[in-house]
Amino acid sequence: MNWFLACTEQDVPDNGGACIKYKNEQIAVFNFKRRGEWYATQNLCPHRQQMVLSRGIIGTQEGEPKVACPFHKKNYSLQSGKCLNGSEQSLKIYPIKVENGMVYIGVEE
Amino acid sequence: MKIIVVGNGMVGYKFCEKLTSQSIKCQITVFAEETRPAYDRVHLSDLVNGKSPEELSMSSVEWYRERGITLHLADPVLHIDRCDQKVTSFSGIEAYYDYLVLATGSAPFVPSIQGVEKDGVFVYRTIEDIEQLTSYAKKAQIGAVIGGGLLGLEAAKALLDLGLEEIHVIESAPRLMPRQIDDRGSQMLKSKLESMRIRVHTNKVTNRIIGNECISGVQFADGSELFLQMLIISAGIKPRDELAVKAGLSVGAKGGIIVNEKMQTSDKNIFAIGECALYEGMIYGLVAPGYEMAEVAVAQLTQANKRFSYYDMSTKLKLVGVDVASFGNPFACEPECKTLILEDKNKGIYKRINISADGKYLIGGILVGEAKDYNMLLQITKNKILLPPNPEDLILGTGGEGKENSATKITDLPEEAIVCSCESVNKGSICNAIIAQNIESIEQVKKCTKAGTGCGGCTPLLQELLTATMKTQGKYVRNVLCEHFQYSRQEILDLIKLKGFRTYDEVLDTIGKGDGCEICKPAIASILASLWNEMILKQDTIQDTNDRFLANIQKGGTYSVVPRIPGGEISPDKLIVIGQIAKKYGLYTKITGGQRIDLFGAHLSDLPLIWEELIAAGFESGHAYGKAMRTVKSCIGSTWCRFGVQDSVSFAIRIEERYKGIRAPHKLKSAVSGCIRECAEAQSKDFGIIATEKGWNLYVCGNGGTKPQHALLLASDLDEETCIRYIDRFLMFYIKTADPLTRTATWLNKMEGGINYLRNVVVNDSLGMAAQWEAEMQQLVNTFKCEWKEAINDPQIRKRFCHFVNAPMEKDPTVEFVPLRNQVKAKDWK
Ligand code: SRM
Ligand SMILES: Cc1cc2nc3c(=O)[nH]c(=O)nc-3n(C[C@H](O)[C@H](O)[C@H](O)COP(=O)(O)OP(=O)(O)OC[C@H]3O[C@@H](n4cnc5c(N)ncnc54)[C@H](O)[C@@H]3O)c2cc1C
Ligand code: SF4
Ligand code: FES
Repeated sequence: MNWFLACTEQDVPDNGGACIKYKNEQIAVFNFKRRGEWYATQNLCPHRQQMVLSRGIIGTQEGEPKVACPFHKKNYSLQSGKCLNGSEQSLKIYPIKVENGMVYIGVEE
Repeated sequence: MKIIVVGNGMVGYKFCEKLTSQSIKCQITVFAEETRPAYDRVHLSDLVNGKSPEELSMSSVEWYRERGITLHLADPVLHIDRCDQKVTSFSGIEAYYDYLVLATGSAPFVPSIQGVEKDGVFVYRTIEDIEQLTSYAKKAQIGAVIGGGLLGLEAAKALLDLGLEEIHVIESAPRLMPRQIDDRGSQMLKSKLESMRIRVHTNKVTNRIIGNECISGVQFADGSELFLQMLIISAGIKPRDELAVKAGLSVGAKGGIIVNEKMQTSDKNIFAIGECALYEGMIYGLVAPGYEMAEVAVAQLTQANKRFSYYDMSTKLKLVGVDVASFGNPFACEPECKTLILEDKNKGIYKRINISADGKYLIGGILVGEAKDYNMLLQITKNKILLPPNPEDLILGTGGEGKENSATKITDLPEEAIVCSCESVNKGSICNAIIAQNIESIEQVKKCTKAGTGCGGCTPLLQELLTATMKTQGKYVRNVLCEHFQYSRQEILDLIKLKGFRTYDEVLDTIGKGDGCEICKPAIASILASLWNEMILKQDTIQDTNDRFLANIQKGGTYSVVPRIPGGEISPDKLIVIGQIAKKYGLYTKITGGQRIDLFGAHLSDLPLIWEELIAAGFESGHAYGKAMRTVKSCIGSTWCRFGVQDSVSFAIRIEERYKGIRAPHKLKSAVSGCIRECAEAQSKDFGIIATEKGWNLYVCGNGGTKPQHALLLASDLDEETCIRYIDRFLMFYIKTADPLTRTATWLNKMEGGINYLRNVVVNDSLGMAAQWEAEMQQLVNTFKCEWKEAINDPQIRKRFCHFVNAPMEKDPTVEFVPLRNQVKAKDWK
């Protein structure tokens, strides 16, 4: 596992997301400030293959943190990446940590 | 125990689901001929209406993996060796079984008509069939379906949805849906279909398909011909028993693997379930009995005691536009029963119910033209509920949805009544789940009981059951926003106003719970905007995507730009600026239905640059992205038109300038016409104004869209000032009281007292709110600011308009355009 420096804490809006470029990958990073949690998932919504999840609204469903895709509101768990409605494929989840105001994402070597 | 399942259709899948939910140790291997895991064949026709194959899927490859099931896709079983208890697949895999389950379904029956192999002849069974015929339909205008049964009519509707101009249904029997409805019902259905561009030919036997390589027509036994470009054959189904035949299992004379009430074939280690199984001389071509068979087969493997018996074949046609249903024994006649018939040729309704000779029970019936009571009638039949003294009420339709009918109350059904036949869930278990698990939403009912997750036909019944059960629990059934707020939109608005909340977080912390979601965030964002009119991007992450970036998101992830063009009036200079900007940023331009110009295909990072230039040229945001006041259309009126009686353009511009950008529960549209000819279509708007000799007539609560509705006259011959005062009051009343995402038309439809009540409130000020509402509206008008102007001048906000935060100068590399008539368009998505 390799931790790469993605951005600063301020780059990601409170209780919202932003998109990070890592080589040829696009990673959606979420600053769930309300819960004091950070999440990172693939940016691609499996439903119609759209690069938009970082622009989705985040929230919870029965306590489970999730993001809703802006296009057709498919919901995905931020913890497991699972699709919470219907049977879309699961999202890839990345480890993420924040140290000294810097956001790091874990990627496979 | 080794179990092999042949076939991964709906029933094969259900078998795996039911078996793996039991705690028995077994090793399951599934061989599937199709390339994807089981999908919802019942809703196959949704593909022509834009659903994707993925949306039909019932399970995923992971699902099988998680349950330890080995799934071989695109690898049909070719041979069964009953001595060695072994199967061999197409790719050469050999696998041994203790029990073998045949769930091979059925194939379309294609009669041996000369020429069926020609291009343009299709069947209607798999995703691939639909994909092929969909692409072929692009170049066809005339199409036909052979077979006027349930599936044939569904296929005909698909051709209609695919945009064919002329559609024929060819049936060799004397009537449509011969297995479900009688002659009179068929007549009524025929005239309904013909009014939808579907021509019906009964008593027509097809002899030959004409054409060289591609079909160009058909010839009938009576010598007549019909010209057409594509044909779907839907003449019945043929059970897939070929494997069973080769293995020497007993099959029926007309096909189908013979099974007993335990679903065993003539070899007790081999089961057959679903559409390939022949039970007591019958193939059950529906999912619900197939699921029941799956359950029976699972029971044998788990030593449980369950037998299959005659299954109800009641059905409702899924054709949008025509209701057709039959239930119980639709054809029973005297002396076995008494028949009541209602025929209304004017409305195109035919209803028949068959009542037992002693007048006590319902035996069956047919509904054409109106089938809203189908679920209830089916329940009454299946559960042998005693009929009321005047059974004719059942079909006369007294009272809305038959609810006032004493015999048709959901509460009268016995506990054992099967409410969801796909998943075989009875009323008792649904009610118990609602009570025990404190269920308050239909989604939870579906999740906890599985009821309503099959064909979905019982959803209205579930809703009724939920409401009724909640009432008996003393729970007030309220229209709450979502799981985070136990209040309606109106209550939240009142609370926010009372407490003076300005941010979503304050609202959530004080009157909500949890962390919010994509339903309550935008709804509350809209309330805050309607009340305080502050720059919405101060709280950008609670806005719906279009509001968050002040632009409409498009296929592919680019955005559209719509500058405001009040009343549709624009100077040549401004037109030139739009053209120049579009060229510079490579945007596609189109005149919208709202009399303005939309520029499509802007990258997120280009939005502020584009708006900077537009604003410099005197444009403002058009709020095409917001649940806000959009456009006021105008006709040319007395300025140029020889019929115009008032200056509609000037008034439209005044109205648009006044209300521009005001946020509401849903979008708002308006129009002003200069005379009674109504060229601006004001009567299809949320509020529309039509000039009269003396002033203006004000119409309210119309809309186009999904459910068009004409606006109603609120007041006549008003002068401009009074007209504006009435609109102020009307809009504030709507903003304060409507549910989220409810247009004015729907809001009025739900209002007790309707337009008369509304007129009383707005014109006669019956609530005494007029002065306050006018002042509040004036406040909104006074605080208007162009959001885009604020956005481009605020570096913090501007910073958010980039695709990659760690590479702000780079655009999304996945965005692709393709050329289109000298412009570009977004690449089609998958
Ligand atoms: C651009 C335009 C089509 C066009 O090229 O003509 C359009 C485009 C969209 N319409 Fe529309 N509608 C457009 C005129 C209309 C009209 C005609 C009119 O206004 O005269 C109607 C029917 C009239 C009405 O609203 O009563 C119309 C009824 C809808 C509806 C259905 C509303 C309903 O109550 O049923 C939606 C869906 C919604 O709002 O939830 C919708 C939604 C949409 C959205 C915003 C879908 C979306 O969320 O992405 C479309 C994208 C716009 C974009 O990306 O810029 N659009 N839409 C028109 C823009 C008008 C404008 O200048 O602002
Ligand atoms: C357009 C359409 C609309 C319908 N509407 C309704 C409706 O409204 N209500 C309703 O109740 N029913 C409806 N049906 C019927 C319903 O879809 C079927 O009853 C149901 O799919 C039967 O399930 P099954 O698993 O028995 O067969 P299928 O779903 O046909 O599955 C059988 C599978 O086995 C595979 N197979 C066959 N032979 C082999 C082999 N040797 N090796 C491996 N795999 C094999 C086949 O390729 C297929 O995938 C509709 C059907 C269609 C086509
Ligand atoms: S009708 Fe409106 S929403 Fe539908 S495709 Fe056309 S523009 Fe989009
Ligand atoms: S693209 Fe994400 S929900 Fe459709």
